[in-house]
Amino acid sequence: MSSNEKGFDRREFLKGTAAVAGATAVGTLAPFGLAHAQAGKIKVGLMLPYTGTFAALGVAITNGFKLAVEERGGKLGGREIEYIVVDDESNPAKAPENANKLIQRDKVDVVVGTVHSGVAMGMAKVIRESGTLWINPNAGADEVTGPLCAPNIFRTSFSNWQTTYALGKVLKERGHKNAVFITWKYAAGDQAMAAFKEGFEKEGGKLVKELFLPFPQVEFQALLTEIASIKPDAVATFFAGGGAAKFLKDYQAAGLKGKIPLYGSGFLTDGVLEAVGDAAEGVETTLHYADSLNTKKDNAFRLAYAKTYKLQPDVYAVQGYDAGQLLAAGLDAVKGNVGDKAGLIKAMEAAKIDSPRGPFTLSKAHNPVQDMYLRKVVGKQNLVQGVAWKALADPARGCKA
Amino acid sequence: MDLAFFLIQLLNGLQYGLLLFLVASGLTLVFGIMGIINLVHGSFYMLGAYLAWSLAGLTGSLAAAIAVGIPLTVLFGMALEWLLIRRLYERDHLFQVLLTYGLILVFEEMRSILWGDDVHGLPVPALLNVSIPLTETLSYPVYRLFISGVCLLLAFGLYLLIQKTRLGMMIRAGASNRDMVQSLGINIKLIYTLVFAIGVALAAFAGMINAPLSSVFPNMGGQVLIICFVVVVIGGIGSVKGAMAASLMIGLADTFGQVLVPEVAGMIVYLLMAVVLVWRPAGLFGKA
Amino acid sequence: MTPARTRLFALLACALLLALFPLFGGTFYVQLIAKVMILAIFAMSLDLLIGYTGLVSFGHAAYFGLAGYALALLGPKYEAASLWWSLPAAMAVCALFALVTGLLVLRTKGIFFIMVTLAFAQMLYFVFHDTKLGGGSDGIYIYNKPELKIGDFALANLDKIEHFYYFVLILMLAVYLLLRRVLGSTFGRALVGIKVNEHRMQALGFPVFRYKLASYVLAGALGGLSGYLAAVQFGFVNPEILSWHKSGQVMMMVILGGMGTLYGPVLGAFAFVLLQETFSNQAWFGSLAKHWQLAMGGFVVLVALYLPRGLAGLIERKAQPAVEEEEKPKEKP
Repeated sequence: MSSNEKGFDRREFLKGTAAVAGATAVGTLAPFGLAHAQAGKIKVGLMLPYTGTFAALGVAITNGFKLAVEERGGKLGGREIEYIVVDDESNPAKAPENANKLIQRDKVDVVVGTVHSGVAMGMAKVIRESGTLWINPNAGADEVTGPLCAPNIFRTSFSNWQTTYALGKVLKERGHKNAVFITWKYAAGDQAMAAFKEGFEKEGGKLVKELFLPFPQVEFQALLTEIASIKPDAVATFFAGGGAAKFLKDYQAAGLKGKIPLYGSGFLTDGVLEAVGDAAEGVETTLHYADSLNTKKDNAFRLAYAKTYKLQPDVYAVQGYDAGQLLAAGLDAVKGNVGDKAGLIKAMEAAKIDSPRGPFTLSKAHNPVQDMYLRKVVGKQNLVQGVAWKALADPARGCKA
Repeated sequence: MDLAFFLIQLLNGLQYGLLLFLVASGLTLVFGIMGIINLVHGSFYMLGAYLAWSLAGLTGSLAAAIAVGIPLTVLFGMALEWLLIRRLYERDHLFQVLLTYGLILVFEEMRSILWGDDVHGLPVPALLNVSIPLTETLSYPVYRLFISGVCLLLAFGLYLLIQKTRLGMMIRAGASNRDMVQSLGINIKLIYTLVFAIGVALAAFAGMINAPLSSVFPNMGGQVLIICFVVVVIGGIGSVKGAMAASLMIGLADTFGQVLVPEVAGMIVYLLMAVVLVWRPAGLFGKA
Repeated sequence: MTPARTRLFALLACALLLALFPLFGGTFYVQLIAKVMILAIFAMSLDLLIGYTGLVSFGHAAYFGLAGYALALLGPKYEAASLWWSLPAAMAVCALFALVTGLLVLRTKGIFFIMVTLAFAQMLYFVFHDTKLGGGSDGIYIYNKPELKIGDFALANLDKIEHFYYFVLILMLAVYLLLRRVLGSTFGRALVGIKVNEHRMQALGFPVFRYKLASYVLAGALGGLSGYLAAVQFGFVNPEILSWHKSGQVMMMVILGGMGTLYGPVLGAFAFVLLQETFSNQAWFGSLAKHWQLAMGGFVVLVALYLPRGLAGLIERKAQPAVEEEEKPKEKP
């Protein structure tokens, strides 16, 4: 902690001299100059998965973040950004150590990460102790902006609670009186399930059965048979990635599709539509982003992203992009003076982020207060059907900050 | 659970078991005949799935992809045995665990470099893309039954190959006494290379034929690997019959576990394995 | 110098080097070396099984994780536990687990032993992953580091990384000396005998099963010690600390360093972590660092093929042959 602050001071002092040098082209052209790095750059630590199951998500988030920085001329608050990258492998066992690497070894000014909830829990431990600024661009563990909330902890994605809470209302509107929820037996699944139950029962619906599958198993047949025997009005679910793709296909193959409508948090149908053919057609989900928002901001973002990376952006890219925007909002306000942590945090708290998903603000616990869209799979796209819940705020249970 | 659904769950369990057998058969072969602990078996499964996906993209059909892919994987398996695996026959199992553990990392990263980290899907071949209605809400995909049929055929074929053919005789002899077979003028090295290649091809074939159901995604090999080991160990190492029995046991245990005792479903197969081994330390059909 | 002297001298030199390290290493590196020393204890405990008793356990991470969870669950939630009871308790839990499972797994041999140890570790993994007991897949925090007090006098404040570092260093040396002592005893020599030829030892009248069980329990308890320390260091336990990958990694450390020597696993732990840090270092490998697992995997393959006796084997080939002979009683007929 103390060494960190010393770092700030020194950088502050050197910044003055760097501003002079930086004005000349020489300064900006000098590649990786050590002296230069110390003089003016803000160190951003990217702790994300670059290997393993979630590698694609880590890359999308990185791309999004860098795009936000590039759009500002590679500078935030007038200072250049230096990236320090750590592959967290989505391995929670290594999480505290990897976070330490960025905080203690590299002395980064801000940590951006990660995807896996368990890893985020490990990071939270270290970050709460060190007081380093942390922007979480994905991991949805409710705790992060719940019991673990802290002034230096921000999230630009979602809480697991948010992704399924609004579903209850949707099911009610469709006239479904009872439902079954199916997910993996792990923390994110538990939280998504609990939020769905809360939302659905508040609307008078009844969750007749909770079905769990050991994580990350993908043999769904037994539970699909169970669903067929229960014959609920609707099925709600939380799956992602390869498991989501397989679930959608199995659901169709078992003949349930078209007989019992399927709903889910948006991760069910994000990034897998190419893989599942028509198995997802018509499935409705709730998420804070969709493919056809067709707003000025979103169109500009998608165009820029596609141009820069020759890839179509996804919700993860948006979350990374907004992490960059949130940091920019803070740093602009303090003119790049990361030493002014109170000012920085205050500015970030107050920021209104003009996100591709639509503008959002942050709750007191620093989680996005955002519109949850109702989306429907049509062809290879998650098309917006409307807003399932306007400005949905996570209840931040247990947050005392 | 009424009788109809009990029977359907029974079918699910058996069908899952047969699928497990498909992946585990190659493992039990390599395990039993060559005495090699092959942790990288799951990666061959993944390799098969990715090959099927990319070749089907080129050729337009899964059948063609399998026809092209299988010879490729056989060659790949032979090369791998020739380069690396054969150096480990005389060594402790420890080094086999180590070497194949290293190969998992290598293959997983190669997959990421060659094919990327996205989830991909393959359509079920049109001819088999129908379902048989079982109840008013549930129907059974024909492709699953087709895979079950293929598994049964394969099990039978393996049995014939090992028990009834000349090659099988040499393989069995090589498994029980390497030096003796060698001195009879049989090229045991070549036989081992072949057996390993068959093992690789079986795993890859499982990945290919199952790809339309499972989708194709990173780390898919890791999920099946450990469970296949459980199958092989419960069945008794090297026993095709045992692998079949164990696959069906695990398929049923897992299926009914998920339905009846969901809280401990993840543990059930390991519990089963522990119980079997305490009862019969060399597996169900293993020679003590 | 006699071989024993050489070893003593080398040991003292290494201990001194490690003792001086915090004086010039930065906080992060002191943390890192502390972590490596914890892994070294873990690897030594496995070496007792693999290298000396001939039991290839593929589920050793179970003890590492179990001790961490024991500390998290047995200790008070918002106050510091006392180290005096929590450490023995965590180790006792591990010893008990080893005793119960050992009675079962030691009935099997070879490949079966490898797989059954794996099965028990997996079972434990799912217990912590699937139930709410330890926070499920998200894991659980240990908010306060255990206290090391006599009366009101604090012997060390484990919150301070230097204190923690020296505490771990002392324990690592203690484990090394303890194991050296154990292995030098009749019991230890009998274990090596069991590794080489179990039937002969049986015929000679040694209670082979009981000896193996004792070794298994001791290894479990010491594995627990390392897991306890790891949990204390980062204050966070998660099911992944008992996954089979962790078991594979510690096996790698043992072999890389050289099994059947006690200092080998220590070397192995250092080398393993160092390599991982090197291959994934972005400053050195740039965008290639992303593919560090490829390099790591390739390296593991090479070790399995060409370095069966590990780094220790390299060292001893260079040292006097006498050392080698004393280090390898197992090859004596």
